Amino acid sequence: MAWMAWTWPTAIFFLVIASLLVIFTILAIRFPETPRTGVLGIETTRGDRLFITLLGSAFLNLAWLGWTDLAQWWGLVIALVYAAAVFRWV
Amino acid sequence: MNKTTNQKAWFLVLPVLVLVAFSAVIPLMTVVNYSVQDTFGNNQFFWAGLEWFEEMLASQRMWDALGRQLMFSGIILAIEVPLGIFVALNMPKGGFWASFCLVMMSLPLLIPWNVVGTIWQIFGRVDIGLLGYVLDRIGVNYNYTQDTVAAWITIVVMDVWHWTSLVALLAYAGLKSIPDAFYQAAKIDQASRWKVFRYIELPKMMGVLMIAVLLRFMDSFMIYTEPFVVTGGGPGNATTLLSIDLVKMALGQFDLGPAAAFSIMYFLVILLISWVFYTVMTNLDNRGS
Repeated sequence: MAWMAWTWPTAIFFLVIASLLVIFTILAIRFPETPRTGVLGIETTRGDRLFITLLGSAFLNLAWLGWTDLAQWWGLVIALVYAAAVFRWV
Repeated sequence: MNKTTNQKAWFLVLPVLVLVAFSAVIPLMTVVNYSVQDTFGNNQFFWAGLEWFEEMLASQRMWDALGRQLMFSGIILAIEVPLGIFVALNMPKGGFWASFCLVMMSLPLLIPWNVVGTIWQIFGRVDIGLLGYVLDRIGVNYNYTQDTVAAWITIVVMDVWHWTSLVALLAYAGLKSIPDAFYQAAKIDQASRWKVFRYIELPKMMGVLMIAVLLRFMDSFMIYTEPFVVTGGGPGNATTLLSIDLVKMALGQFDLGPAAAFSIMYFLVILLISWVFYTVMTNLDNRGS
């Protein structure tokens, strides 16, 4: 594993994503759902909304890093607000 | 009818998952790990945090390469998709000549990327290449090693030569699936050629066309070998597309950290655009059915 050059922050990052995937899989099995159409005009399931959240968060954090000099934690806060919005309205 | 619900078939996907894990997921995780560290080789890594991402976001070089890449993908899509549809519309509908055209058009698709690059590299040379020599003799100032416009025209024409037939073949398959009844109805209504195309052929081809656009976009956005063999990214940096720049950074300069940060952003852009294409595609399908 040494060649993969693991660090704690990246390990935590992947653990969070992996556990999100596991949680959403369990949710999908335990509580089946029907897709709904939100503000984007497309049909989404919980998994779709998770994908939109993660991808959007990556871009939000990059934009925060590129355009501001403030602490990166605020980028994460914005991403969480974005996540809540996606799960509520998309 | 009683349908048994059984999800065990998912286990059949396991071998693919294992393969993808080793060929894609683990390398991608490694790239993420590299992107937050610095190394001078010898497998020693030093924590660098988000420094490389910051550096890459501020780097004019990356934005320029991204701009060139978007321009390249935009140009080839704007040429290949209409041209492919045009070719498909004008192909024989059956018989010997239909098979002949299909085989002829598949030929460029079978040639390996580096060979395509070499063919065009020689074809365009002013001293020995047929194209370069002829252009030079009739007085056109064409030299893809020194002139930016000539270099761009060469790589665009090369890509069009290589991949238009893919679009044409897909569009042809879409056209073949339209039942004759549609055309007969249009004839009874005295629909013009344009209206037949607009209201019958185009909607019926939409599905395959979206696949063609998606394939051509992803492929052109990741293109490396052909322009690298023909122009090597030159003259200057004029045809240094994203992947060429990335390889220069990672393997040429051995800047693994910045190159990893660069790759991740490259990956995110591809993921975003592919997702948009995919979503549009599946929504069109849903609306159609």
